[in-house]
Amino acid sequence: MVEIYCLQSSVIINFYTGLTMYSYLLPCILLISAASYFWGTSRANTVAEAAGGIRSLHSLPSHYGMFTVLSSAIPALLVFILWRLLEETFVISLVTKSLPPELQQLSANEFTLILNEMKNVAYGGFGTHNTAPAVQIAADLYVATRNWTRNLAGVTTIICAIIPAIIAYRSIDKDLRARNLVEGTVKVFLIGCSTVAILTTLGIVLSVLFEAIRFFQSVAVTEFLFGLKWSPQIAMRVDQAGSSGAFGAVPVFAGTILIAFIAMSVAIPVGLLSAIYLSEYASPRMRTWAKPMLEILAGIPTVVYGFFAALTVAPLIRNIGESMGLQVSSESALAAGLVMGIMIIPFVSSLSDDVIHAVPQSMRDGSLGLGATRFETIRFVIIPAALPGIVGSILLAVSRAIGETMIVVMAAGLAADLTFNPLKAVTTVTVQIVTLLVGDQEFDSPKTLAAFALGLLLFVFTLFLNFIALRVVRRYREQYE
Amino acid sequence: MNSTESNNSNILAPTKRLRQRYRAEKWFKRLGLSAIALSLAFIAFLFFTIFSDGYTAFRQTYIQLDVHFTAEEFAQEKLANADYPGLVKEAMSTMFPEVTGRQEKRQLYSLISPAAAYKLQEMVEANPKIIGTTQKVWVLADDDVDMLMKGKIDRNLVESNRRISDNQLAWIDSMIEEQRLEKRFNKTFFTTGDSREPELAGILGAAKGSFLTLLITLSLSFPIGVASAVYLEEFAPENKWTDLIEININNLAAVPSIIFGLLGLAIFINFWGFPRSTPLVGGLVLTLMTLPTIIIAGRASLKSVPPSIREAALGVGASKMQTVTHHVLPLAMPGMLTGTIIGMAQALGETAPLLMIGMVAFIVDVPAGITDPSAVLPVQIYLWADSPERGFTEKTAAAIMILLTFLIAMNSLAVFLRKKFEIKW
Repeated sequence: MVEIYCLQSSVIINFYTGLTMYSYLLPCILLISAASYFWGTSRANTVAEAAGGIRSLHSLPSHYGMFTVLSSAIPALLVFILWRLLEETFVISLVTKSLPPELQQLSANEFTLILNEMKNVAYGGFGTHNTAPAVQIAADLYVATRNWTRNLAGVTTIICAIIPAIIAYRSIDKDLRARNLVEGTVKVFLIGCSTVAILTTLGIVLSVLFEAIRFFQSVAVTEFLFGLKWSPQIAMRVDQAGSSGAFGAVPVFAGTILIAFIAMSVAIPVGLLSAIYLSEYASPRMRTWAKPMLEILAGIPTVVYGFFAALTVAPLIRNIGESMGLQVSSESALAAGLVMGIMIIPFVSSLSDDVIHAVPQSMRDGSLGLGATRFETIRFVIIPAALPGIVGSILLAVSRAIGETMIVVMAAGLAADLTFNPLKAVTTVTVQIVTLLVGDQEFDSPKTLAAFALGLLLFVFTLFLNFIALRVVRRYREQYE
Repeated sequence: MNSTESNNSNILAPTKRLRQRYRAEKWFKRLGLSAIALSLAFIAFLFFTIFSDGYTAFRQTYIQLDVHFTAEEFAQEKLANADYPGLVKEAMSTMFPEVTGRQEKRQLYSLISPAAAYKLQEMVEANPKIIGTTQKVWVLADDDVDMLMKGKIDRNLVESNRRISDNQLAWIDSMIEEQRLEKRFNKTFFTTGDSREPELAGILGAAKGSFLTLLITLSLSFPIGVASAVYLEEFAPENKWTDLIEININNLAAVPSIIFGLLGLAIFINFWGFPRSTPLVGGLVLTLMTLPTIIIAGRASLKSVPPSIREAALGVGASKMQTVTHHVLPLAMPGMLTGTIIGMAQALGETAPLLMIGMVAFIVDVPAGITDPSAVLPVQIYLWADSPERGFTEKTAAAIMILLTFLIAMNSLAVFLRKKFEIKW
């Protein structure tokens, strides 16, 4: 099992290293494709002349050329990819058959060690003093086998490029529906590209779910969701002190909510007021430069905000707090929350701006016509009309705040503290994910798997928020269009 | 009586209630303006802090030494085995012969960066004829001296609270008087990779890693994104599968970036065995992240091409594929390019997913290819921001300035392209 896993993992490594070693093969395929295009096109032209002009052909000559190219390139590339994926397994099995019998009967782990040693010798002469002569012979055999199988595969690929090209060339006829074939192939390629998005979501769900399920086999779901102590330690040795772990995630959730709350209490007033001013009061000239300036806030990388929070805002808050006699941690939730709020301002402001713009002018005109001031129009007509959209944009901003990583990694703390005091240090879900996975525990221990459980929760929660927010915004837009 | 008088005198005179309403209006307008001013003030404060922390990083302190390349030192065969640190120490002792005692000597030698020995080695290997001569060499000073010269270490503190002792201060002052200490342009910052010593740290490794990662991201996400957008907008039938794909893409655009890092870790690295911490895996993860942005921007620009173009092409006999490739796509291309550039700018600033796939290691060499371990610029900033040495603060801020310059350049390019090539139908 281990052997197969190692082989499987080295398959992909071999795949891309092979691309450089096989650099003569891909340019060959490219050259043959280019040649096929010209052959196909010229053949189509000759056929056309014989039949009385291009009009007698079903498709344009370039379609026939493309047809020849596709029929030569696609089989060749398929064979090449198949070979690259299977090469390692094939060569190793050939070499294994020719090893002396005592080596063949080793257990799986020891066999993998022998294989690795053989590969080290083969690739770079890194044999140790006590390399068994059998391994040395096996290494030479490995290199030789690999070379002749590669040559064989190269020849096969070239044949798979040339023969279909010739067949296609011969079949070029004025009634051949080349355009349909070519466009059908392109459409299949387009559909394939569109499924990448679905595959991505599937990949996210599967990867996070699998590892989270493995985690929940060691730690109960109820303890994770409702436990009040978060201290993810797992003993590396049996008698290690301080090794009991507690995986109750409620303090982590509380920290996330606290920091998101502080962030939204900065972002909502400033963002909403900016949006209202820009859409109702500002002159068009002011709009053209003020909107991009607010977008700058969204374009600054979050690591810059984290640096700013850790080096400037946190000491500032601590100094102010200490001058007022308060006990302020140097990694206070207030610092991280403030800077995160600044980052979220453009999300609230630009989405609310779009929503407020979408309110029909007739409603504004009606209200102003009755004698209301602009402020009263905004308060009594526009905001209530735009409220669903504004709520949707706030939900999207909240989802962004919860998923934000770098600001909190650099400015918030690591110890999970169940508190709602903004002057203390708290930790969030994203900080815990980063800390657990950037650490030095092996991948299978519950400590690292806890990160995937947290990731699953984060994904599900933000998906839920986004879904509601997008539904609300979309329904609101339909209402007024 | 009063009411009829005030009624007759001037019905247009504002009542108290009207004045209140106008005042509320004025205050609200001021509130809105102050909200915008507050946001702009945040931006200005942020840029000012970064700039004031980082501008000192572009100059570096150098010390001039008189190094005697004595012939005995190079008696053995290999030039690399000579005691270059010893040469540096000897040069310092010659400059300050009054320094005795181990503690004091150690303080004296720590004024020079460890890089000086490598510089001497390079000089000798480039030109072995200098053996036997005395050369004046400008070498890098240690980062504590650098911080002192840039004013970040306060001379007036008590000695035990300072990283520079009084002795060292005296020696530094005398070197300044002899004009052996000066600040020069910091070339090391742009030509070397990461290092544990702040004076030797540079961003070349991270910059090249960023470049390679973005190259892979662009070469993968642009074709796939354009192809998906074309299919979804032009060819896809209106059924529940395409609805599902559309909802999927909108949701992917809002998923936190760290989840993509978890995906890359679990599938690319653990399941498929890609090498950790390389631009290859980083590029793949960032491709998946920017794909929704490019698809959404592409669909918007395809939607903006008027139907008359399509109908005209179909009317003269083009097939659907020919209409799209020859007529619609070229007209929608400026919008797609703008969306791609903006997506690339977002990918350049991403850190969290790359931390997950292992780019958090300490990489010293400049990466040569897409399968060499490397760091990217935002991750380098994160690593330096975590380091305790004071010298790294200004390096971090300088690296941030360079990153922001790239981002501003890319966004300005996108805006310029949009203004120049966009067609308003």
